[in-house]
Amino acid sequence: MANSVLLPVENGQIRKTINEFLRDLLSKKIVEAVLAPIAHPAGNDIVQSLVSDAKYLEQADVFAPVLPVVSARIVSAITRLAPASKKTAVVMRPCEMRAVIELVKLQQAQLDNLVLIGVDCPGAYSLDDYKQFAVEKSSDDFVKAWRQDKEDTKLRAGCQICKYPVPLTADLVIGIIGADQKDDLLLQADTEKGEQVLEGMGLTIETDGEIAKQRESAVEQMLSRMAGKREKFFEQTGEEVGGLENLSAIFASCIKCHNCKTVCPVCYCRECFFDSPTFDLEADRYLGLAEKKGAIRMPTDTLLFHLTRMTHMGTSCVGCGACEEACPSNIPLLKIFQLVGDRVQELFGYVPGRSLEDELPPVAFKEDELEWIGEK
Amino acid sequence: MTEKDNFEPKIIGFLCNWCTSAAADLAGTSRIQYPANLHPIRVMCSGTVDPVYLIKALLSGADAVLVGGCHPGDCHYVSGNYKARRRIAMLKEIFKALGLEEDRIWARWISASEGQEFARMVREITEETRKQGPGPMANNWAL
Repeated sequence: MANSVLLPVENGQIRKTINEFLRDLLSKKIVEAVLAPIAHPAGNDIVQSLVSDAKYLEQADVFAPVLPVVSARIVSAITRLAPASKKTAVVMRPCEMRAVIELVKLQQAQLDNLVLIGVDCPGAYSLDDYKQFAVEKSSDDFVKAWRQDKEDTKLRAGCQICKYPVPLTADLVIGIIGADQKDDLLLQADTEKGEQVLEGMGLTIETDGEIAKQRESAVEQMLSRMAGKREKFFEQTGEEVGGLENLSAIFASCIKCHNCKTVCPVCYCRECFFDSPTFDLEADRYLGLAEKKGAIRMPTDTLLFHLTRMTHMGTSCVGCGACEEACPSNIPLLKIFQLVGDRVQELFGYVPGRSLEDELPPVAFKEDELEWIGEK
Repeated sequence: MTEKDNFEPKIIGFLCNWCTSAAADLAGTSRIQYPANLHPIRVMCSGTVDPVYLIKALLSGADAVLVGGCHPGDCHYVSGNYKARRRIAMLKEIFKALGLEEDRIWARWISASEGQEFARMVREITEETRKQGPGPMANNWAL
């Protein structure tokens, strides 16, 4: 049974309550740094920031409905060369945390000394939509509306069909699901590290498990509602993108900028095959290609790039939607990657980011599986 | 004669050095007849075949692609063909999800002693591909 405690919120000031909690984490020296989304001083933008002076956490905004850079990339940037030597709290959305777990397995990040703080995720808007939203509204408004089960069709497509809006591998969860219908927050320690944080903060963990039970059933309801939405979505997407003609039309606007690859938290290769000299050809070879088919689309290998990315990253795709957001041609990449990712993940019974113990499907195997491959 | 009657399938095969490639050699030295539609590429292990090569072949004019390896359990490098099996399954699943023709992606495990089987397989894939007709990606310039 998870250890939980209610964090009372006064006057609906959710953001302020969380920020005070994060500030205390630093000032009570439970951690020595915090990575969290902070409001940029120059305007309405939210930027991930690594904070060591507690005063900057006054501007934190962990529920601001925007996902500019997937934090997994930042955790990787910070810990890839050497693990953190000081205790660092990392505040992330569930999809970001799942990507971190994938990156650890891919040896691109190290969790030593990190305290993973996950938030229940009400979703995010596109960067443009968030800019408009932020002019008049706050993250507190957003969370309140979400808690009243208001269907928000402006959320990014990926958020609307998110499979896991709750953190799966957090040390500590900041919960907004199942913390009853008031504005209160829930802190839930899922690991020993998380418990130590709560103890260090002088928060008494409830013993009868009533809050945890309440949350469990609320989460279950939420997940099954999302599963229903996903089913419908896949049916629709399969029809929309299925077939070579549809795919060809969808990727016709691809300018091969590789943005989708650059922002993808799990597309991890330091040197991408598609940036390699493999694709630098002499003029005569291009002319040969053109001659063979009568014409050749330039730049070449657009569909190859996307299909290959699916085979490389499909099993680890966490559905964050960063690819779609970064696409200057508005190609519905998230739709396609979720459709494909879901199928290949199911093939291997793999849930990206569920556990450090699950082996990455492309590097593992079982002797008695997939016997239909290679059958006469 | 229609265009379809004239159609000669082009099949690109990635054959592992230790088993399927050796079987191809055996078929040749044993003078077993089989269609010339398979264009073999010898690789050290079926486990080295990244799906990108298969997709590239299909996009560049192949009507079908084949990965040939050792029988499961017999890989010269212990587990390469098991990993190949996962990659091919994954690629087929992706093609299926996107409504592409996954039945143009073939895998076969043929040992060095199975020259007859190699020839039979080439006949089988050639005939199947002939029935399917030209690969839809093979001659599409705009992908």
